[in-house]
Amino acid sequence: MSRLAGTLAAGDARWGFLIRFLVVAAAMLLLAPAVLSDFRLSLLAKFLCFAIVAVGIGLAWGQGGMLVLGQGLFFGLGGYSMGMYMKLEEAGPGQLPDFMVWSGVESLPAVWEPFRHAWFALPMAVLLPMAVAAVLGTLVFRQRVRGAYFAILSQGLAAAFVIVLVGQQGLTGGTNGLTNFTQLFGLDLTAQANASILYTMVALGLLAVFLIARQLVASRYGRVLVAVRDSEDRVRFLGYDPTRIKVVAYTAAAGMAGLAGAMFVPIVGIISPALLGILPSIEMVIWVALGGRAVLAWAAGGAVLVNWVKTGLSERFPSGWLYLFGMVFVVVIAFAPKGMAGIGEYVRAGLGRPGAVRLGPRARDRATARDRAAQEPA
Amino acid sequence: MTDAPLLEIRGLEVIFDGFHAVDGLDLTVREGEVRFLIGPNGAGKTTLVDAITGLVRPAGGSIRFAGEELVGQREHRIVGLGVGRTFQTPTVFEQLSVLENVDVAASFRLPFRSLLRRRRGVTDRVRRALEDVGLAELQEEPAGVLSHGQRQWLEVAMVLCQRPRLLLLDEPVAGMTGEERLRTGELTTRIAAEGTTVVVIEHDMDFVRRFATRVTVMHEGALLAEGTVAEVQQDAMVRDVYLGRPRDARGAAVVA
Repeated sequence: MSRLAGTLAAGDARWGFLIRFLVVAAAMLLLAPAVLSDFRLSLLAKFLCFAIVAVGIGLAWGQGGMLVLGQGLFFGLGGYSMGMYMKLEEAGPGQLPDFMVWSGVESLPAVWEPFRHAWFALPMAVLLPMAVAAVLGTLVFRQRVRGAYFAILSQGLAAAFVIVLVGQQGLTGGTNGLTNFTQLFGLDLTAQANASILYTMVALGLLAVFLIARQLVASRYGRVLVAVRDSEDRVRFLGYDPTRIKVVAYTAAAGMAGLAGAMFVPIVGIISPALLGILPSIEMVIWVALGGRAVLAWAAGGAVLVNWVKTGLSERFPSGWLYLFGMVFVVVIAFAPKGMAGIGEYVRAGLGRPGAVRLGPRARDRATARDRAAQEPA
Repeated sequence: MTDAPLLEIRGLEVIFDGFHAVDGLDLTVREGEVRFLIGPNGAGKTTLVDAITGLVRPAGGSIRFAGEELVGQREHRIVGLGVGRTFQTPTVFEQLSVLENVDVAASFRLPFRSLLRRRRGVTDRVRRALEDVGLAELQEEPAGVLSHGQRQWLEVAMVLCQRPRLLLLDEPVAGMTGEERLRTGELTTRIAAEGTTVVVIEHDMDFVRRFATRVTVMHEGALLAEGTVAEVQQDAMVRDVYLGRPRDARGAAVVA
């Protein structure tokens, strides 16, 4: 009897997810393009890129406990891969990108050469960050570097990356980064009407990334990942190599950040060191902290909402918005340590139906099991 | 098969900051034994288990398990060879349910690709381990709500479902009631009957008398005596060691 109820509850949860997913997908793909202006839609596309990064952070930090304070590195690797391709596509065969000409570079550097080809540049935007993360992660996690040490290390890497980018003016465009893009695959990026095409691509990308991350979290691997977060040493004595478990999540998060970076470039029209240094990297983690790091959907939602609020505040209060933004952050951290996801839980509990609709039968089962256990101690 | 040495320790040395926690220990455990490891506090019993499982690096000596050298191997590989252990202070994954705790333990030999799939239902092995320790009813509870005793049971279930060849239990009945102790002892005996070799660190002499086939007494990091419970209790050196520490109540129980 109780098993039947349990199965039904599990079935309900699965249907519940499918319905929620489809509603959000429909809102993103159909509603948003219909009601938002091209300008707003383009803004939303940018926020959805950030949401892709946030899903990765939700996976690595929320589930795996790795405080990734340097995702700007991977976002940048993806963005620069895309930017290099677009620069070369615009320059035309055999030509140099404009900034190289200004910097007095005479022939195309060897690293740039393969990025002429879309078949190389586009996969690289994802594979390069993943490869870097896999190597770094293996070295770092094997040495059992974790907690604040790992956070500082990951942040240092983002900072070092920025220094390299700024220093190599002729190779990377220096502080200005790569900009002045006009087209991608023959698509005129200056035409506002094309905003919806790019937007749809990003929305589909986010939905796909979310499903991948969710599958990882729901799988047995996801359980082991949470176990590693709880007690890495204990997992080792169950016969798992925690290094490998962590590297997979870290690498997946890096790939997601790389994809986001690659999609960001044609939408916003620039990739530069200022977008991926220490501050932007910390901001990425803040989105996830505010949304709720333990729940992937809230991590993604946090990225969109925080940026939406930030834009709204900066438009209305051009001089004081940063203070308001800081205040929002302090309030959420002080009163909702689980982020907005936690507020949702709290409200549901306060209304006297603690997740009642979804978990009803199973929660009752648990209560009975607890009572039985209390009566006859194991 | 029962005569083959499963675990052979020779000249083992573990040194912490100049202190010889284990000092030239020799120990042989044969397949199918239930070996109890006793000794006063600080005798190096837990350190020995830590050395076998790779948690501490020995300064010298060798630990051979089924012909394979364990010294220098990484912890998860030693588990992979078939050595399972529990800890004095049970550590369970509080954010996971009781069932998930056991399922994670049971899945450790799955190839990585299979790990990426969702768990569908409960495997027989997991269900049986949960029933063996009496936690089947609590399987959906988060492990964080379990009492200390229940956590100990959960840890036993986790290591049981891994079907190790050698099981190392570090004070499994500490903090348990008499009835729970009895149940743990019976479970230990049954595990051994099913072909797992068991090494138990324990202070409770009633428990030792009842369930041990052979007892090894450790003192100051070395082997003091070895034999059946009766033989060890007659041993003059063992009496000296325990009587020389009258304040060690649990040790005094040896000669009671």
